Amino acid sequence: MNVLEFQDISVIYQNGKTAVHNVSFTVPEHSIVAVVGESGSGKSTLIRAAMGLLSTGGSVSQGRILFEGENLLGFSKEQIRSIRGSEMAMIFQDAGDYLNPRRKIGPQYIETIRCHIQVSKKEAGQIALDMLSRLKLADPERIMRSYPFQLSGGMRQRAAIAMAMSMHPKLLLADEPTSALDVTVQAQVVQEMLKLREDMGTAIVIVTHNMGVASRMADYIAVMKNGYLREFGARDQVINAPRDEYTQQMLMAVPELEDEQIVKIR
Amino acid sequence: MIQYIAKRLVQLIAVLFGVTFLTFMITQAAPSDAAQMQYISMGTIPSEELLEQTREEMGLNDPVLVQYGRWLWNVLHGDLGTSTKFSESVLTQMSRKLPMTIELAAVSGVIMVLIAFPLGILSAVKKNKWIDYLIRFLSFFGISMPNFWLGLLLMYVFAVRLGWFHVVSTNDIAGIVLPVATLTIPMVCTYVRQIRAAVLEELNSNYVVGARSRGISERRIIFGHVLPNALLPIVTLIGLSVGHLLGGAAIIETLFSWQGIGNMVVEAIRVRDYPLIQGYVIWMAVIYVMVNLLVDIMYRLLDPQIRLRKKVD
Repeated sequence: MNVLEFQDISVIYQNGKTAVHNVSFTVPEHSIVAVVGESGSGKSTLIRAAMGLLSTGGSVSQGRILFEGENLLGFSKEQIRSIRGSEMAMIFQDAGDYLNPRRKIGPQYIETIRCHIQVSKKEAGQIALDMLSRLKLADPERIMRSYPFQLSGGMRQRAAIAMAMSMHPKLLLADEPTSALDVTVQAQVVQEMLKLREDMGTAIVIVTHNMGVASRMADYIAVMKNGYLREFGARDQVINAPRDEYTQQMLMAVPELEDEQIVKIR
Repeated sequence: MIQYIAKRLVQLIAVLFGVTFLTFMITQAAPSDAAQMQYISMGTIPSEELLEQTREEMGLNDPVLVQYGRWLWNVLHGDLGTSTKFSESVLTQMSRKLPMTIELAAVSGVIMVLIAFPLGILSAVKKNKWIDYLIRFLSFFGISMPNFWLGLLLMYVFAVRLGWFHVVSTNDIAGIVLPVATLTIPMVCTYVRQIRAAVLEELNSNYVVGARSRGISERRIIFGHVLPNALLPIVTLIGLSVGHLLGGAAIIETLFSWQGIGNMVVEAIRVRDYPLIQGYVIWMAVIYVMVNLLVDIMYRLLDPQIRLRKKVD
């Protein structure tokens, strides 16, 4: 069973520029797919299209995006809203930027939970605290009482992951979730995400330009360039025996990959 | 916070000195003679001796600085002086006119907010739909019209032609309609555009995308997140408008013979009624400084980033 399936997807923006050309690949259940590519390759656009969160003027011009076999593009606004955050969740590069800067984490977290399940504020708060401790955040109460800008980048990202995972979604879309973090924190966040996949069975699509993160986390790797999918395959095949010329170039361009730049965790 | 407010109140004293001193100098520099104006306004042509005597009584022959010092001394003792035009104390005169201006300001302000906010939000949410175009088109009209012309137009149509209201405003509900409309229409048009811009800016921020990605409904996003945040820049503007309104809209008050403070000061300037002008200037300075202070306090309450950063300092 595939959780997510891109079928011949093209995305165009208002200025007539096609950001994604005829991309097809599938995300099997429980698997992690890394979408790698340089900036402007259309990798973020692709997962935003799945969430129905393309920036203004962007639209899917052809193809289908299947979520558990159903075409998301045929969903009504309310249908897609109700699965966002519960069935499929998303995290971003700078988590703090994607929270209201003038409200504390707690109310925003509780608001999110109560959008999906009917619980009291207190119960929602308890779910939030449990989830935050699960992400190994010390002093979850303090996090709930903090404004986003009062937390470090790593804490914010882990809080955002906790928020995204609290409804036990089947799919987590992660848009450059580690790029704004320093290397040690990066490794922690990667490990947390791997652990969540193990515990909850959530499939993850991670968009990254970091080949190290991709090779560390992914079961499958999709390589994109200028809106085209250049290569899609199992991790070992893409890393060790890349078929596409661009993938080969990209792997060669990161020689440090073999040394310390690669995310070493264990 | 208390320290901050205290500091601002000390600043208020400095502002009051500066503003009253400057207006004193400027009005004195005007070429006409206050003593003469007083007699002319009473309809008599005084003899030169009588004028000289009156000037002496009014202290107009002293150096300007001495006059200012004398005025200041009296003010510090709670005496704002006597209006030369109305022959009663400035305080009595102002406390009679102020309620009229406050009434006009309050009604206009409330109506403005009640109309401008829904329209501004609607315009932003329905960006580039026909309703947005309509609102923007109409607001453009409203901004472009000078208010004295708008006032005359309303007066002509609704008072002269249709006869719904009196040309000279009366002291009942009907009397306030035209002045309020004249004050409110341009303000609504300005604010609709400002609110639209502020809401659009917030709608374009990433936290809105974040909230959508968590499945929060559009309604909650608009009313729970976007609107409270968009309020912040609007609060400053509203503060300025409140100052402006409480200063009395001189043109509109004169146009509709509304017995408010704006009308009063126009008359005071015409007859060189120095004590009354000075009284008005004090009122304006106090209002502006207080409104600014209130806006700053609101800002601190509404924006945790400012509030908490200051605490760290």
